[in-house]
Order: sequence, then C-alpha cells, then structure tokens
Amino acid sequence: MNLAEHILNGDRKAVAKLITLVENNSPESIKQLSVLHSHCGKAHVIGVTGAPGCGKSSLIGKLTAEYRKLGKRVGIIAIDPTSPFTGGAFLGDRIRMQEHFTDKDIFIRSMGSRGSLGGIAKSTADTAKILDAFGKDIIFIETVGAGQADVEIAKIALTLLVVTMPGSGDDVQAIKAGILETGDIFVINKADIPGTEQAELYLEQMLNLTSYPAGKWKPRVMKTSASLNTGIAELVDAIQSHMEYLKKSGEIGAKLREKARVEFMALVKQNVTKYILEHVIKKGELEETIERIIKRQIDPYSAADELVERIFSE
Amino acid sequence: MKKIRVLIAKLGLNGHDRGAKVVARALRDAGMEVIYTGLHQTPEQVMETAIQEDVDVIGISLLSGAHMTLFPMVQKLLKEHRIDNIMIIGGGIIPEEDSFKLKQAGIAEIFGPGTNTKDIVNFILSKVKK
Ligand SMILES: Nc1nc2c(ncn2[C@@H]2O[C@H](COP(=O)(O)OP(=O)(O)OP(=O)(O)O)[C@@H](O)[C@H]2O)c(=O)[nH]1
Ligand SMILES: [Mg+2]
Repeated sequence: MNLAEHILNGDRKAVAKLITLVENNSPESIKQLSVLHSHCGKAHVIGVTGAPGCGKSSLIGKLTAEYRKLGKRVGIIAIDPTSPFTGGAFLGDRIRMQEHFTDKDIFIRSMGSRGSLGGIAKSTADTAKILDAFGKDIIFIETVGAGQADVEIAKIALTLLVVTMPGSGDDVQAIKAGILETGDIFVINKADIPGTEQAELYLEQMLNLTSYPAGKWKPRVMKTSASLNTGIAELVDAIQSHMEYLKKSGEIGAKLREKARVEFMALVKQNVTKYILEHVIKKGELEETIERIIKRQIDPYSAADELVERIFSE
Repeated sequence: MKKIRVLIAKLGLNGHDRGAKVVARALRDAGMEVIYTGLHQTPEQVMETAIQEDVDVIGISLLSGAHMTLFPMVQKLLKEHRIDNIMIIGGGIIPEEDSFKLKQAGIAEIFGPGTNTKDIVNFILSKVKK
C-alpha cells in the first residue's frame, strides 16, 4: 500500500494510518515520509503551550473556526501525557473541538506523549509534516502543558503561543522559568474572569525586562476568552503579523535551516549508531567493554575513543 | 510499539458521562490510548473521529433509548467508508432482546450498567490482536 500517494491524493484514512506507523516507529513510515518530504514546507506550524487547564484546547477550537472563515485548512495535533506506569493515556482535548469533527478541511489527531519529556511526542514533528504534505495551511500543536519542560515545541513551531490565565500566580512563575525567551505571543485566556488586567500588567513588565533590538520581534500580550469568543480575531491577526515578521526579517529562513539541521544531525547520529551496533561491533564486545568499565579496568572515555578509532582504521 | 487505541463516545442527546469516563480510565490504566470526545456525539462525528484517530475499537455509550437506531447508523457510516477493521462495543441500559439483535448485527459486545471494567478490558485485549 502506498500511503504517501494516497495522502497526496487527499485520503484522510491514509493520513491516519501513516501517523499510526510513525507513532509505532515502523520502518515503513520512513519510506513514506521520504516521499512526502518534497511536498512539505507550506504550512504555518503554531505551537500552543501553557499550564494544564488554562484553555489551550478551547482556544485552538476557536482559532480554528476563525481560520476556517478565512478559508484556511487546519490540522491539529493535541498531545496529552502518557502514564509512565501503565503506558496508557487519556486523550481528552477533542472535547473542546467538537464543532470541527465533521469538517472535511480539518484533521485532528490526539497523541500520547509516550515517554517523551519535552511536552510533545517523538512522533509530533513527523505528524506535522504529514499534515503539511496533506495540504493543511495551519497546523496547531497543543503540548502536554507541563510549563517549564515544554521546550521541544519551540524547535518545530514557527510561531509559539504561550497561554496563561488570570489569577494563576504559578502560571506566571512557570513562564518566568524559561519559556519567556521562546514565546512569540503571550495569551491571557479566560479574560472574562477577574484579574485579567493584573495578569496583563505583570506579563508586560516581565517582557520589558528584556531588551529587544530594533527590527526584532517583541513578544505581544493578547487577551482572549474562548468561552465568550472574544479576542480571537485579534489573536489571529497577531499570529499573521508574526508570520509576516518572520518572512520580512528573513528569520524564517534561519528557523527552517536550524530545524533541518537538527533533524538531519539527529538522523545521522541515529543511523551511524545503529550501523555500528548492528554491523561493526563484534558479538559480546559491547557487554565485555561495559563489564571492564564497571570493574574500573578501563574508563568509558578511552573505551569509546578506542572503539571509534578501530572502526575507522578497519 | 503498537498500542490499542479506543474511542469512547457518548451518543444521543441526554445523559451524563460518568460511566463512560470510568470505563475510559480503566482502559487507560490497562495501557490503552483512550480518545474521549465528550457528550452529545452524532454518528457522523463518531465515524470521522474514529477515522482520524485510527482507532481499533469504538466504545459507544448511550442512555437515551435510541440504541436501535444509533448503533446501526454508526455501522452503516463505517461500512460506507469501507472501514471493516474497527470493533464496536456498546454500553448503557439496553434490554436483553435488543442486545441480542445488535450483536447479531455485528456489535461485538454490549456491557450493561453493572459490568466490571475488568471484563471490558479483558474483552478488548482478547479481541484486538497486536
Ligand atoms: N471562564 C472561562 N473558562 C474557559 C475559557 N476557556 C476555557 N475555559 C474552561 O477551562 C477548562 C479547561 O479548558 P481546556 O481548553 O480543556 O484547557 P487545556 O489547557 O486544553 O487543558 P489541558 O489540555 O488539560 O492542559 C474547561 O472547563 C473550559 O471550559 C475561557 O475563556 N473562560
Ligand atoms: Mg487540552
């Protein structure tokens, strides 16, 4: 079955099947992804991160409706945590996106994090590629929402939304701890409840602590209510402005280059390691060396050097 | 590694989703990935979600008494889309003779209100080969 071809012909069943293969680490998925590569690169990938319960899914639901009004086709990847004890996951983000289930121009996929710690799954980047090749203009990625640990998303999203809500001091703390540098737009959702102004003031102050050189993007603070459907069109405008900035400044080129570099280097590393383990190292040699390291007969640094030297001298 | 993916959907207009959530959590605790979509689902929504999420099992819960129309509607939609590898199970208050008819028509199993969640887990594990 040639899934890639079916995907390019608009078959959403094939999209779903290939995502499953990617999630399961099937070697077949590599073949299909390599066919899709030349059809990728058109989508605007938007990361949505923020503490659990701040309204990420609700917001994506509303933003999607807004983008559909503009005629954009939308893909959504929503990640929820996989239990480290059972391997199971409760994937509940769709509850907030019900109105979109039967729209043929929207594709939603829920995903367990399956052991990844960076807030997304190992398969998330490849899934975004599949949706890109499938013709989605906008791809939302909702992270697990662990706050500080959500750094991986910055590597695959072109625009990163950091969602927070009024009155959650902890939330703002989490932002302070690291994501302040990577967020492009800070969204105070649930702006229908008290404390919105304080949250806004606080965020603005935090952002003002950093100096942004002229011509550089200065993160924006936006207020939305997913419940009342307010501030949504304005947020879409802000996202569009960010994309225009990326294009005008040329930063998009740098971002895509870095993304490609990281991906390629990871693949090289993975393939070289696999090749060495499968073809070069003699049976039992690995365990023997490890044994010697434990017994302090050799140190791991020299052992690794020796192995690599041997490989290249052979 | 392959994981069993299950869509738990609440069909029909009335009811709450306590029971469905209990089942969803039991399946999660058994290592499955459970897609939960909330209340008031239509057969079309169930079918589309099942496709996009590439699930192995659809668990339909309903209380409204419309089971003899809603189950067949989901089956018909799946058939129209040439999907024959998804097992459908049901839960809710469904009379014995209806339950029998639904199973004759291809619903894999119907679980009544008092069912031990372990039985549901074991049923799925025994039917879905990974
Ligand atoms: N008052 C108010 N409540 C909201 C708003 N947006 C979302 N909520 C509610 O907040 C709760 C959580 O919303 P979700 O959209 O599921 O939040 P989330 O960030 O996706 O949550 P996780 O995926 O569990 O991390 C729900 O009960 C929503 O109804 C809003 O703008 N105002
Ligand atoms: Mg969510």
